[in-house]
Amino acid sequence: MLKNFYTRLLPHPVLTVILWLIWLLLNNTVAAGHILLGLILAILIPFLTSAFWPEKVRIQSPLTLFRFLVIVLWDIVIANMIVAKLILGRNDDLKPAFFDVELDIQTPLGVSLLANTISLTPGTVSCDLSADHRRLLVHALHVEDIPGAIKHIKQRYETPLKKVFTAC
Amino acid sequence: MLDWILAALVLIGAFFTLVGSIGLYKLPDFYMRLHGPTKATTLGVGAILIASMLYFSFSTDAASLHEILVTLFLFITAPVSAHLMAKAALHVNIQQVARTQRYGDLHQWDKPSE
Repeated sequence: MLKNFYTRLLPHPVLTVILWLIWLLLNNTVAAGHILLGLILAILIPFLTSAFWPEKVRIQSPLTLFRFLVIVLWDIVIANMIVAKLILGRNDDLKPAFFDVELDIQTPLGVSLLANTISLTPGTVSCDLSADHRRLLVHALHVEDIPGAIKHIKQRYETPLKKVFTAC
Repeated sequence: MLDWILAALVLIGAFFTLVGSIGLYKLPDFYMRLHGPTKATTLGVGAILIASMLYFSFSTDAASLHEILVTLFLFITAPVSAHLMAKAALHVNIQQVARTQRYGDLHQWDKPSE
């Protein structure tokens, strides 16, 4: 009964926390008034818009998510330097490629996060998702070993994302 | 000391943004040029925002954290716009440079061409 009440009042706890944090960051303050106002908004907005979010987001393993974010940030820094070197080098040495990544991850949020991660890490841009959401077309600026690159994406990014966002 | 760190961060940011722009100019085809801006928005803007965060946190008494939001919004929007541009380019069949490798059977080219 009480649990039911909570799920109706807070249909998307993750969204509530994110909205609250964004409100405080937008105002760049931790004054009591803003904490309260932000909390009210963060509860009210998901409640009023819950029809737009049919899918429940549940983070299964926050530690994995945190480790994943650190890995991605680190990869962005490293890959940036590699790509800077590639861009400043000769065009003719570049070996661009299109390849498909077969997706094991099925939740829409998981797929979009994976696609975003691929685009954010320099050197690869996700280009197209197949109609059945099972294959993601990726363009790479320079790749020598394509099966290796696919394996890298799957192991490094997809596995943790799949662990964090499993369908409930 | 702080000034040096800030200067270094701003220079790093400027350097990567410049490299992104150079990439946009000199790379041979649409899909490769797409890589330029995604670079500039990650490390380039990232370093400049860290510098801004440090500067305003130390020059005023309060920590300045709303730069995190700029990063957050950029990280959400940049890949989506890159994805949409690539998708649109594939749809209207913009050609890649001839040496672009296609690995395996790709779903994009599975459909019979008109």
